[in-house]
Amino acid sequence: MNPRRKQRLLVVVSIVVGLGFATGLLLYALQQNIDLFYTPTELVQGKGPEKVKPEVGQRLRIGGLVLPGSVARSQTSLEVSFDLIDAGGGMVTVAYEGILPDLFREGQGIVATGELVAANRIQAHEVLAKHDEEYMPPEVAQSLKGMEHFKPEYTEQQLHGSAQ
Amino acid sequence: MWKWLHPYAKPEASFRLAGAFVPWFTALAVLCLSIGTVWGLLFAPSDYQQGDSFRIIYVHVPAAILSMGAYLTMAIAGFIALVWQIKQSEIYVAAVAPIGAGFTFIALLTGAAWGKPMWGTWWVWDARLTSELILLFLYLGVIALYNAFDDKALAGRSASILSLVGVINLPIIHYSVEWWNTLHQGASITKFAKPSIDSAMLWPLLINIVGFGAFLGALSLVRFRTELLKREQRRPWVRQLLLGTGEA
Repeated sequence: MNPRRKQRLLVVVSIVVGLGFATGLLLYALQQNIDLFYTPTELVQGKGPEKVKPEVGQRLRIGGLVLPGSVARSQTSLEVSFDLIDAGGGMVTVAYEGILPDLFREGQGIVATGELVAANRIQAHEVLAKHDEEYMPPEVAQSLKGMEHFKPEYTEQQLHGSAQ
Repeated sequence: MWKWLHPYAKPEASFRLAGAFVPWFTALAVLCLSIGTVWGLLFAPSDYQQGDSFRIIYVHVPAAILSMGAYLTMAIAGFIALVWQIKQSEIYVAAVAPIGAGFTFIALLTGAAWGKPMWGTWWVWDARLTSELILLFLYLGVIALYNAFDDKALAGRSASILSLVGVINLPIIHYSVEWWNTLHQGASITKFAKPSIDSAMLWPLLINIVGFGAFLGALSLVRFRTELLKREQRRPWVRQLLLGTGEA
């Protein structure tokens, strides 16, 4: 390789590596801000190394799994409330008034946007369903999981253990 | 070691080589896209949870994968253009950018169309969606930069620099669903473990990915040939080719 090409190679590679490093640092610094939502555990125990807890009254997003058996619907209106859990053991109650997305069901991952009205209670104005990466025909789902959609990593015992 | 490559540094040789590949890529694309699309849209089983809406995967996932794949080839070509200063790789950068932008746009559009019924929203500013949008802007930037200069050597160099710098976005797109909490689900097939998609649904998807890849190859080679002719229009070999005369 002739010296001029070598020099260009060096310059180009160092620019790319430098930029990559800078971007890496930038993303690392913004780590907590890029997350789309809080998990229930982060909300209850605080987030990041400093354990920052969101304040009551703050607008935020919360994402977790709908605890089976916790969905309570009003008989006379569209009001609904349910509990969200995650693997870390936190639990948050979400209240919502409106039509839930098609994929909303017990055991499903959802993301709710709303206002924190108490330490672990959120008044949501938007509820989004979070789909997971598993795709299968109904027959396979039946035989594999026995019943409705359920994330395999969360066992029955884990779910009930974290509910207490 | 690289001696066998040297003849292709001649523009007319790379023009002919690209031309020789076009029919093969086109045939592969037509074959795979027709099989994969018909199989995926009509015969693959519907999803246990999403019903038939999941079938958008047969357009969305290949378009998204190839939008990143096209960018990777563009960045590699940009790197070669900067270090070895080979004109053909600059031309390839200019040739592939609009196709990649099209794939990115298709991925964003189909994703939004799927997101509305499934998630309940067309768009959220989560890491995956935002970084894919940035990819679209990078493509548009490369296109704009290449067309902003009358001096095509300068244009090719600046477009190459931008395409190379933007390559940092690729790992961010790919790992965004693992590094951060996102609404977008994790990878179904591009992971080392067993794919989280049933094989009856996976096969047409893989065929369609190959088809989209071949389609990308065919389109970018056709554009490469056109751009090469434009850049070399004053050279004798182009005149000979187009006018059929030796010295025009």
